[in-house]
This record gives sequence, structure tokens and C-alpha cells, in this order.
Amino acid sequence: MDLYRSHVLICGGTGCTSSGAEQLIGEFEAQLAANGLEKEVKIVKTGCFGLCALGPVVVVYPEGAFYSMVKKEDVAEIVTEHLLKGRIVKRLVYSETIEDDSIKSLNEVDFYKKQQRVALRNCGVINPENIEEYIAFDGYKALATAITEMTPQEVINTIKESGLRGRGGGGFPTGLKWEFASKSVNEQKYVCCNADEGDPGAFMDRSILEGDPHSVLEAMAIAGYAIGANQGYIYIRAEYPIAVQRLEIAIKQAKEYGLLGENIFGTDFSFDIGLRLGAGAFVCGEETALMTSIEGHRGEPRPRPPFPAVKGLWGKPTILNNVETYANIPVIINNGVEWFTKIGTEKSKGTKVFALGGKINNTGLVEVPMGTTMREIVEEIGGGVPNGKKFKAAQTGGPSGGCIPASLIDTPIDYDSLISIGSMMGSGGLIVMDEDNCMVDIAKFFLEFTVDESCGKCSPCRIGTKRLLEILDKITKGNGTLEDLDRLELLCNNIKNASLCGLGQTAPNPVLSTLRYFRDEYVAHVVDKKCPAGVCKSLTNFEIIADKCKGCSACARKCPANAITGEIKKPFVIDKEKCIKCGACIETCKFGAIVKR
Amino acid sequence: MSKESVIPFKGTAEQEKQLMAVIEEHKGEDGALIPVLHKAQGIYGYLPIEVQKMIAEGLGVSLAEVYGVVTFYTQFSLNPTGEYKVAVCLGTACYVKGSGDIIDKIKEILKIDVGGCTPDGKFSLEATRCIGACGLAPVLTVNDDVYGRLVVDDVEGILKKYMD
Repeated sequence: MDLYRSHVLICGGTGCTSSGAEQLIGEFEAQLAANGLEKEVKIVKTGCFGLCALGPVVVVYPEGAFYSMVKKEDVAEIVTEHLLKGRIVKRLVYSETIEDDSIKSLNEVDFYKKQQRVALRNCGVINPENIEEYIAFDGYKALATAITEMTPQEVINTIKESGLRGRGGGGFPTGLKWEFASKSVNEQKYVCCNADEGDPGAFMDRSILEGDPHSVLEAMAIAGYAIGANQGYIYIRAEYPIAVQRLEIAIKQAKEYGLLGENIFGTDFSFDIGLRLGAGAFVCGEETALMTSIEGHRGEPRPRPPFPAVKGLWGKPTILNNVETYANIPVIINNGVEWFTKIGTEKSKGTKVFALGGKINNTGLVEVPMGTTMREIVEEIGGGVPNGKKFKAAQTGGPSGGCIPASLIDTPIDYDSLISIGSMMGSGGLIVMDEDNCMVDIAKFFLEFTVDESCGKCSPCRIGTKRLLEILDKITKGNGTLEDLDRLELLCNNIKNASLCGLGQTAPNPVLSTLRYFRDEYVAHVVDKKCPAGVCKSLTNFEIIADKCKGCSACARKCPANAITGEIKKPFVIDKEKCIKCGACIETCKFGAIVKR
Repeated sequence: MSKESVIPFKGTAEQEKQLMAVIEEHKGEDGALIPVLHKAQGIYGYLPIEVQKMIAEGLGVSLAEVYGVVTFYTQFSLNPTGEYKVAVCLGTACYVKGSGDIIDKIKEILKIDVGGCTPDGKFSLEATRCIGACGLAPVLTVNDDVYGRLVVDDVEGILKKYMD
């Protein structure tokens, strides 16, 4: 193997690829060649570093210089200054890492300080398209330990004792799930991986698959050994082309190295993995619907019991775990139960990955020990809400979850405390909202999603969510009544109790939790006919404050509806009948004289 | 669910040959229908009824089954898409940062609705689920080009690049 004096790590995750990382790689190659450095410096395309807001991200080792928002034009400077002459280009280094004229380690930066990367351990560290790099980081060691030194029951016991719970959202104990499937007697069993990450605003699984695909393959093989299955399927969204491609490469390499296929490590255990592409249906994240979809049908759920551990894919005993759950398995076996149980809280062990987004400074991927508070995530890791606005709520669990208001920002995040405050862990989407977001509108947004995605098999979900949306729409249009709020609550509870699958059972959560914590906002919509955040257009009026208006006519010239009139140097007025509430005037006014009411 | 296309089917013999090869490859496999539909859409760009009939016959399943699956999943389209596929992310992160206004502006400029295609076949508009580029929210894509951190005023300039 060639030795290099420097390594340039370029993030090849989706966020950075979207902001131009691919072009950077080409430019680095060209510049290195031009300077004759191609044998001294190695370029590594890695998975996600987590700080997507600063993409594209480039890290140069051994110095550990963290270059952020790198442009193609900057590459030549990094190569000639840093790589050739050894002078770090401070101008381009992430400002948080500069201290007293020297650079400090990434781990000391606020964004990373409170994080603990377990599931994401290899993301941003190794080249996901090279199996040898994964092996060099203890890859496939856990599989070797499991199948050569442990009995299947010992593997199951280890996972049970670790306290690992499903990271897809439900939080069911993983070891228990495996035990049920191992006890089902059948010649054919299956191991499935749920990579149908459908929550809007969530990209944890995608980053693991893009940054460390082998950890999922390894864990699935371990699961196969534990329950007695020799075939696995990964059900992945077709919207994730980079992840699909890296998984294909990873499966091919694992087979070449004899780590998948017949007689792994010379034992009589054989295991193979196939990919199945989803086709855009949120309901397919539900386990029975996912299996129906792999079978090639409309992805509709079926009643449970029988549970998949007894009768799953093609009627055979099947376990289904989420990507992040699998990513934890190899470390648990390598580092031991004791190590793992030290992380997290009493009932929620380990870490959780969140996709931090919305109104927050550091959007990106974070992994924290269970029990970390929302305040730590939002204020310390996330760097707070931008533009001096106030934190209003955080939404977890996507369309199945709820909002956590500012008053509960010190809640420790684990499965049970989130459920007790009316939200849920969910798969890890965490969207921050500020005072400009209307909570009724957010509830409506999620209901629009569930109405769209309801598969239509059971009527409580199909009809109930539609009616919920209609009531919400009525409220945002200013036609709601106080009785509508009671009706919403009643309908929500009925849908929860009567729906066939998880989609319907959790669809009312966004409504219930906003009603619980932001009832005054609903009341403002129905009684005062006002939208306090100024989002619901039917309830918002634009007005010019006469005292502040200088009469410059800038707004009147910008107004597309000619709704603003007045004399120069005298206060202008907006004709409410003509106003289309586009907001163009507010952006134009230099004096802050126009307000939304 | 998108309505059936009124644009006449213009499949070529070459495309049909490719489709037959795909069907042959997957025939008899468990759960073959969805992978075949993905590849068929790759060949034709969409899945008109003529293509669905060929798949039903080739795999030996009913046309109702094929149509049922095609209309269930949002990735499968009964309509041809434009030369430039404009897709606006309506994931939560993009939505709270105002992607709703972005999509309204595009509708206004192109005079088409979500799921529609301009009469000259140049642009089609989609609202997509999260594409995972939340760090850049709000985001839109035109074919493989990604545009992030958008404000409404950026829209016109972006579309113009593809208009000539």
C-alpha cells in the first residue's frame, strides 16, 4: 500500500454533493497533478461530516484543518499554500476552529463537543466505496466474532442485554424482536432492512448508507446468523441514488471478499443480501406494508398479529430493523454490552442521530447520547435560532410526531419522555421553528402529507385524515369555530384508536400536540380571526404605519396588484380589497413602516 | 393520482426490445413487478398504458395488478415529463423555510400546476419529498442541477437559464 503524507477528505454526502463537492474532487485532482503532488497527497471521498450547512466540507489531515463552504476557485490556493507549502489557508477554515491564531480540533467545536458518534462512527472518516478502509476500522470483526465464537442465542442475549431499541421510531427492543424470530420454526427466514426513510426533513439513514454502507451489511449478516436466516433484503428509497449506488458497490465488494455469500469465514453459515427499490410511498415505512411492497404489490399494510417474526415476507418469519439500529450492532459486539449500556439513560441506551433542520444556524446531522436535552441540541450544538428570532418549538417524529414547545426545552430526549409529552422519537427528524411559523399551518402541512400518503385501505385513516385536514383548512381560512376545536380532538382520538397501521394511528399527533401546547394560537384563528405569526394569508392584513411612512412610493411601485396608493412625502395606504398579500412591499420598505397584522 | 396522458404513445422498436430484455431477465422472480416498472420507466420516461400492457403480458400478471401498482406509488408516472424536470422540495425543513412560496412562483411563471407539463414539453413541475439536502433549504432541482438557499426572487433567473 502506498503511503501518503497528507489526506484530503472531501464530503461526498448528499448535502455537500448538492453544493458542488463533485466538482471540487475533480479540481483537487487537477491541481494536485499540476503541482506534482498526486503521489504525496491522497483524496478520499467520505460520507457525511454532519455540518451540512457549511458544505461543501473539506478536511486536510494530519493537521485536521476544516475547510468549509469551499468553492472551486479556492482549491488552487489550498493546494499551493497548504499542501505544497504547509501554510493553512485560514481564510477558508471554519471560523469556530480558529483560536489564538492556531486551529483546534473539531471535537472541541460547539457543534461536535456534545456529540458522540456511535452509529455515525465511520461517516466522514472512511471512503465508503472501499471495503478495506472499513475493515481497517474493525469492519467485519463483529461478524467474525459472532459466527466463529458465539452461538446464535449468545448473539441474541448480547443484543438484549445491551438494551438497544429500534431507531426507526417505535423503540421496540431489538434483541426481543430477534428472539421471537429465532424461535419461529421454519426452513426459510428473512432479514430485512428498512431504508425507506420517508419522514420529510429526515436524512439520518441516508447518511449512514452513503457514509458507511458496510456496517449495515455486516449487522444484517449477524442478524441472519442469530435468527437462522440466509437471505436479506434492503428496502431503500429510489430517491436516494447515491446511497443505492454505494450499497451496490458494498455488496459486490463484500461478496468478493467472502464476507457475504456461501460459507462465510469457512463456517457453514451462508448469507446473501438483495436490494429492493421503493417507489415513493410513505406507508411503506410500516413493516407489513414494506414487506407487501417487496413482494411486488401495492404497499398496503396488513393486520397484526400475525407479527412478521412469525409470518412476514412471503409468509416466512422475518425481522425488520431500521438502518441506524443495524449500524449500532457491530459496535455493541466489538465493544461489549458494558460499554454500550454506559451511554444514555436507564431505559434508552446508546445514542440517537438527528437530522437538525429548519430555523437553526447549524443545520446538519448530529448524534447525541440519549438523555441530552433539547436545549443542548438547539442552543449549543445547533448554534441557536438565526436572525435573532425566538425559538418557538421543535418538531420531532415528522408526520407521526409532535411539537415540543419552548417551555419544555429542557426535556431530556429519550423514547419515554418524548411520548409522555405527546411527541415521539420518530426516526430522527428534528425541525426547529421560530416565531414566524404558525402552528396551525404546521399541523395542516403534516395533515396534507398524511392525506396524500394514506394508502386508503382502512377508512378511519383514509376518511378521517381528510376530514381533519378540512377542519384545519377551515380554521386557517378564518371560518373556524370553537366547536371545531373540540371536533378536531374527538376525531383525532377516533383515528388513533381505529386505524389499521402506524401511519393512521400516529397521523393525528401533529394536531393533538399543537392543540395541547398552542391552543391559544388556534383560538386566535377562530375567535379573533387572526394568525399571530402572520402565515395564514386569509387572516393576515398588510398595513402601513402612517408615522413611519416617509412617502417614498417604493412599495407602491413594487406592488404587483397596484393596491398601494398615496401622495409623495405623505403616508401611503394599502387597499385591502386589492391586496394579494404577497409581501413584496414589506421587503421593499426601508423604514419598517409596513406590518402584517 | 395523475390523470391518464392524452399525448399519443410514441414508443420505438428499440425501446420495446430493451423492455422485452428486462422482462426476460426478471420473469419468474419473486416480486419482479416493481423492479421491472422502474426499468421500464427508465426506458420510456413514463409508463403509458401501452407499456403496462406489454409488462402485464410479459410477466403473466393481470393489467389491473400492473395498473394498481403503478398508480399506488408516486415515483411511477402515467404522464411524460418535460425535458427539464423542475422539482421543489416540500420536506419539512424546506417548508418552514418557505418552499411553498417558491413553488407558487414557479406555477405562476410556467403557468402549470404541480404534476403538469408545459404544452411545448419543455418543463414539468413536481413537488418532491425531502431530498436530504436540508442544509441548503429551501431547495429545488432542475434535472440533476441543485439550487439551494433560495428566495422567491431567484426563481425567475433559474428558470431563464433553461428557457432559450
